[in-house]
Amino acid sequence: MTSALQLRQVSKVYGSGPTEVHALRAVDLSVERGELVAIMGPSGSGKSTLLTIAGSLEAATSGQVLVDGVDLAKVSRSDQARMRRRSIGYVFQDFNLLPGLTAVENVTLPLELDGVRAKAARDTGLSALEELDVADNADRYPDELSGGERQRVAIARAIVGERGLLLADEPTGALDSVNGEGVMRLLRAATQRGVAGVVVTHEAQLAYWADRVFFLRDGHVVDQTVAPPGPESLLAAGDRQ
Amino acid sequence: MSVPHALLALLSEGPKYGLRLQNEFEARTGEVWPLNVGQVYTTLQRLERDGLVETDDGEGERSRKRYRITPAGDRELADWLRTPPDLVPPPRDELVIKVLVALEVPGTDIHEILQVHRRHVIETMQRYTQVKAAAREDDMALALVADAELFRLEAIVRWLDAAEVRLKQRPPLAPVPVADVPLEPTHPMEVSQ
Repeated sequence: MTSALQLRQVSKVYGSGPTEVHALRAVDLSVERGELVAIMGPSGSGKSTLLTIAGSLEAATSGQVLVDGVDLAKVSRSDQARMRRRSIGYVFQDFNLLPGLTAVENVTLPLELDGVRAKAARDTGLSALEELDVADNADRYPDELSGGERQRVAIARAIVGERGLLLADEPTGALDSVNGEGVMRLLRAATQRGVAGVVVTHEAQLAYWADRVFFLRDGHVVDQTVAPPGPESLLAAGDRQ
Repeated sequence: MSVPHALLALLSEGPKYGLRLQNEFEARTGEVWPLNVGQVYTTLQRLERDGLVETDDGEGERSRKRYRITPAGDRELADWLRTPPDLVPPPRDELVIKVLVALEVPGTDIHEILQVHRRHVIETMQRYTQVKAAAREDDMALALVADAELFRLEAIVRWLDAAEVRLKQRPPLAPVPVADVPLEPTHPMEVSQ
């Protein structure tokens, strides 16, 4: 089966000569549909670079990035832009909703840019908002929504249409821990419906919602979690208390 | 977890039989603390001896007894709810000791040691998250118990992260000439030398 995202020996170098910075060094990573993966690491470990390269927002210096089996370096810039609109969704820390557009217009913008007719785009957008339980707010503007509602709209925009890859950078932003947990539940639910999700974070409280956690340090993947043995092992541990 | 006080709390809602107390205890602690029925009856006996609970009829089969909280039990429960737990950490936190010792062991990569523990803690957190994700959203007891464990574990990860940053920033150690090595053993807790 083709992975939704595959990074093969991906390196990224900024600058050259004495000012050279190795942001990523030979990173191997693959993410399947239905799976949520977290990349955890301190500031400057390369996690945001990894995400922007995975999302084709910038190119790797060496190595391969495959989205749904397509090597991003081998397609034209316009095809890359189409893939970004059709296949890849982003969720940002500060939500990045356009203030002059309503919730549903924010969600459907990538579809309309891709040539989908307004009526069809609105229907698709509304069903994405429904999935995230914010369809009632479809015609409100971002400043009329709470932080939690804005983040739901941002996630709806990231999964609208046929997107198979969801990329999130510190997606709970400034939300408190209970609302932050709500966002992670939504991302997890989205991936369980068949999307591949990648979350980068420095916080354990986001990372542990993922099926697998990769640890990044100085541009290297230094470690990863193994599949956890399941919740029943905790109940067995409780016998000792 | 104070089993006697948990039982008093359950009895503060009204009289109950032992078996029901066991079921309710497990349900309300998010089933994270299994309690066997023997523990329940031993605890109830002690509470009865101390005058904090009483039974409908003093004699007969223990399973046929219905327990009720006394006014003294009510007072004990109210006091316990307001008494702060002991927040002073154990004198020797095993993880802290391991990291401090690792700093002294030649040829040990401290970052690798920190990462082993970080991964283990995150894996445990993933398991608690599975519990939360699988639970009904209105299972308040389970959510609260899981949150408490998760925040405790998160504090450990934050300590590991902080240790990592601190250790990266420390100036490189000057090699100690062999002749200067003190004859008396160095104290393993001294990390700032």
